[in-house]
Amino acid sequence: MLYAILCYDSEDVVGAWTKEEDEAAIKRLEVVEEKLARQGRLGPVARLLPTTAATTIRKGREAMVIDGPFAETKEQLLGFFIVECASLDDAIETAKELGKASSSAGSFEVRPLAVFKPHEVTRADEVRA
Amino acid sequence: MSDMAWIDAALTSARPQAVGALLRYFRDLDTAEEAYQDACLRALKSWPQNGPPRDPAAWLIMVGRNVGIDGVRRRSRQEALPSEEVISDLDDAETAAVDQVDAADYRDDVLRLLFICCHPELPATQQIALALRIVSGLSVKQIARAFLVGEAAMEQRITRAKARIAKAEVPFETPGAIERSERLGAVAAMVYLIFNEGYSASFDAVQAKAPLCEEAIRLGRLLLRLFKAEPEIMGLVALMLLQHSRAPARFDAEGQVVLLDDQDRSLWNRKLINEGLALIDKAMRHRRRGPYQVQAAIAALHARAERPEDTDWAQIDLLYAALEELQPSPVVTLNRAVAVSKVRGPESALAMIAPLAEPLAGYFHFHGLQGGLLMQLDRNEEARESFNRAIALANTAAEAAHIRMHLDRLAEPQRRAR
Repeated sequence: MLYAILCYDSEDVVGAWTKEEDEAAIKRLEVVEEKLARQGRLGPVARLLPTTAATTIRKGREAMVIDGPFAETKEQLLGFFIVECASLDDAIETAKELGKASSSAGSFEVRPLAVFKPHEVTRADEVRA
Repeated sequence: MSDMAWIDAALTSARPQAVGALLRYFRDLDTAEEAYQDACLRALKSWPQNGPPRDPAAWLIMVGRNVGIDGVRRRSRQEALPSEEVISDLDDAETAAVDQVDAADYRDDVLRLLFICCHPELPATQQIALALRIVSGLSVKQIARAFLVGEAAMEQRITRAKARIAKAEVPFETPGAIERSERLGAVAAMVYLIFNEGYSASFDAVQAKAPLCEEAIRLGRLLLRLFKAEPEIMGLVALMLLQHSRAPARFDAEGQVVLLDDQDRSLWNRKLINEGLALIDKAMRHRRRGPYQVQAAIAALHARAERPEDTDWAQIDLLYAALEELQPSPVVTLNRAVAVSKVRGPESALAMIAPLAEPLAGYFHFHGLQGGLLMQLDRNEEARESFNRAIALANTAAEAAHIRMHLDRLAEPQRRAR
């Protein structure tokens, strides 16, 4: 089974780390990442830019574009896509296209990546989609 | 990160919201600051034992309010009340507070707190010092170091500034849309002042002043989280991020200023650049041009150029033309002339800055640029005159040294690189 492991933390606190603290935290994570990669178990790893860089697209007949991150608490994170986009407009259009393909309501949050490591899982035990 | 370091960071980041809310509640800055301090002391006792609250700001506001009320009562009755009993229900404080403190209140609270620091009667340096003390919570010692003055002098400066705004009328009513946007404009300008105080530092002072840039960016991000759809705030934060991204390349080992064209671009901070570019992208979608956005767009074009020769100077020329319209100033025209010299040559640029000779007669960069353009045209005698004038007007030793380098080059034409 493939698992997504999502990171939640206080943006203020993590954002206030010094360069040294940040690098030390990354180094410690990389030790674990390297082990997982050797075992063929590591998929893509990403770090997102701050929520201030986020834009939210509310699905609907006329999709609505709102500045800022997704903030509703009655909806849950169900999945994500990582797409190369030439610009924010391009990303918003892509999200709208994805939105039309699914009939539900809900939203997409579009957020640029700060770091992307495109590892590939080579040893998945179960069937992948 | 240890528990204590986490608590420290959480207290710092909650400070603007907490002090802002307490100020609304007590309508007195000193009482609000004291209440916040007391709440922090209690947090240091309570959080390591009970774990950190979900919303540190709400916790601090609730507890600060209770201890503050206690303090006010105590003073008015001249008797001691058992403070621990008054706030015996700390566990409930958080849930209650989360319900009571509305996100919209937060927004106006933080804005008000920053806004009272921008009092027009206060000179810019006092505004900055006050904001760093009250909003950011830097110690007087830290602020004194950043301003390169003694601690006692800074203490006095802050006390005087506080006394001045205490006499002024603090607007406690919830602002209307127009007032809110006026306040936001004043606050944005002050945040940029803080940034520039750090950014314009000379090499000797850059270490001491670097925290000012980081603090300004932190305040900018805070504003952006509160005012999510304001393109000028996006522009302001983008501008600061893009400028700050070049910090590691701006001085050489001897402390000389390295001009943009000569900087080692591999030293630029890509993380800050990417964040800045993402914010510019967001701002542009609003199609509501403003000075911060245009300046950020100019900085973005520099950031996007991998080599100096890749710079889109024609676009930069257009952006400066837009900035001249939005914010006409001789300095903007002077900057535009740099772009013009790259696109249309030094002759056009000289013609453009000719009318600035009078308004910018006492401005170092005017004579520096004029000298540089004349030198490109091999009008060496005039160039030397301009450079001599520039040296006399240099604000820092590094600026003077940079001009002296040009003069040396003029003196030894055979060694000139071109």
